[in-house]
Amino acid sequence: MTAADTKAAGPPVPVPRTTKENSPTPSGKSTKSKSGKSPSRRRMKGALLPYLLILPAIVAVAAVYAYPLCKTVIMSFQDMGRRELWTGDDPPWVGFEQFTNIFKDPEFWDVTGRTVLFMGVCVTLTMALGLLIALLMMRLTTWVRLVLTVALIAAWSMPLMVATSIFRWMADSDYGLVNTLIAKVVGEDWLGHNWFLDPWQGFGVITALVVWGAIPFVVITLYAALTQVPKELEEAASLDGAAAFGVFRFVTWPVIKPVFTMVATLSVIWDFNVFGQIWLLRGNEPEPEYQTLGLYSYSKAFESTSFSQGTALALITVLLLAGVAVYYLRQLMKTGEVE
Amino acid sequence: MSTSTSTAPAGKTGDAAEQQVLRPDRKKTRLSYNILGLLISVVMAFPVYWLVISSVRPNHEIRSYDQTLWPSSFTFDNFARAVKQPNFGTAVESSLIVSVTAVVGGMVIATLAALAIGRFRFFGRKSLLMVLILVQMLPPTAMLIPIYAQLNTMGGLNEYWGLITVYLVSTLPFAVVMIRGFVVNIPVELEESAMVDGCTRMGAFRRVIFPLLAPGLAAASIFALVNAWNEYLFAYILMNDNEKYTLNVWLMTFTTERGTDYGALMAASTLIALPVVIFFMVIQKKMATGLTSGAVKG
Repeated sequence: MTAADTKAAGPPVPVPRTTKENSPTPSGKSTKSKSGKSPSRRRMKGALLPYLLILPAIVAVAAVYAYPLCKTVIMSFQDMGRRELWTGDDPPWVGFEQFTNIFKDPEFWDVTGRTVLFMGVCVTLTMALGLLIALLMMRLTTWVRLVLTVALIAAWSMPLMVATSIFRWMADSDYGLVNTLIAKVVGEDWLGHNWFLDPWQGFGVITALVVWGAIPFVVITLYAALTQVPKELEEAASLDGAAAFGVFRFVTWPVIKPVFTMVATLSVIWDFNVFGQIWLLRGNEPEPEYQTLGLYSYSKAFESTSFSQGTALALITVLLLAGVAVYYLRQLMKTGEVE
Repeated sequence: MSTSTSTAPAGKTGDAAEQQVLRPDRKKTRLSYNILGLLISVVMAFPVYWLVISSVRPNHEIRSYDQTLWPSSFTFDNFARAVKQPNFGTAVESSLIVSVTAVVGGMVIATLAALAIGRFRFFGRKSLLMVLILVQMLPPTAMLIPIYAQLNTMGGLNEYWGLITVYLVSTLPFAVVMIRGFVVNIPVELEESAMVDGCTRMGAFRRVIFPLLAPGLAAASIFALVNAWNEYLFAYILMNDNEKYTLNVWLMTFTTERGTDYGALMAASTLIALPVVIFFMVIQKKMATGLTSGAVKG
């Protein structure tokens, strides 16, 4: 609590110079043991300096991530409701009750299944289309590639809520462009079609929005990776008689694979936690059939005011994604981003 | 990963020579690739086009069953309605206060940490970097409830500092990793020679390192700014006061029980997106200069 307090009491702006002057202040166990070894004051400063530099970052991250994460774990074994939140009373301990309640609820399994399916479809589409567009970009005339890059950046720079508003407008049942266009091709009865009555169609719109928003990042990152593939190798392979797919499979793919897995892992995490898009497309009140784990956790906490139920759900989400996060980290270490 | 946003036209030199020796059938393939590329550009840019075109479309066309791709006339009525919507001014103010403060604070903290990680070898350096990256993986919805409860006990709900703190820290991991990339690209010799010439370590930082770091700082801060400017979930939950809504939350006021004023919503969305688009244009250039300027090349 104190850590959050000091951090929050205005933006802490320790300028480098003062940090140096104050450097002999004790700042942690590890620094002490190090400084003990070096007799001269100057070298002691040198050993302390990096720790002083990272101190603000550590305090900030601890206040906003580490502490709440511990709190999540604690809260999910308690029963915190509206009363405890406002009075500040200690909520009663209930052991694993929150979790057994959640696992007994068939809705939880529906929501989890829906979240996984939605994530799977979004990630597959994003990565497949992203890779194909990136490969295509390598084969374009310069000016066409420039046009495509501008289009990608335009899509990329749309704020999430703005992008969601555009898609809501295009899919509007009465005045939406999508219905007008389909009606022109198929027939008048598409006018006034409500895309969100059927959750499958509704999720179709949401998937289009998520994939459209994610493609620019994937394409630009993969394209950057593709430019790292030595041209001579590809040429040599095709001269040796390798078909286009063979060149890709044995020359191109091994080079871009680390980047591809990293982007795919990030997409898994992002798409698992899609919130704002569904939230606004469903007018701030997503129906039960539109709930994914994040929305479900939110509605348990803030609409049913069972904060412990909400945090227990959040904890389950974190654990589900922990494996993915660790995999991502191992990929980063392999490619040498973390040294 | 972060640096990949600079889309330098790679392989540009090869194109001209390549095109001259293309055989007719390969020319045809190239043409169909180009057509496909243009098609994809149209699909990707279309929603943005529709946003802009809808914001200047007269209201009777917005409320029409027969949407046309090009408006019959242009009007700024939608913008006038959007700006007159209650709380527009306060929403702009809130967004600016929260984003700018979070970015400035975040950049100072991130630069310090990036310098430590990029310049010193110390115990725990690697694990710090790993913790920073792992932290980014945590779903925001998982943090939301405990942060809400915590801010509630500390009286931080509906206060700018609560939201600022959240934004500041959420951009830290990315900013540290990104700035570190720029730090390691600055040769230590530059710093050392400045110190030989009589600069103190901090003097060397201020006179030599900081100017070279500027493009990286600019890029990282624009990313952080866009991040804070676009955030929705925490802004919605932590700020319940109409007067303190940020722009993204304010966008919801266009949807009432009687329906949505799409013309004004699109106009307002254009206004919110405009700074982000401009920032993205700036960042492209900044990052390109940052990566290509001779002194920075390691």
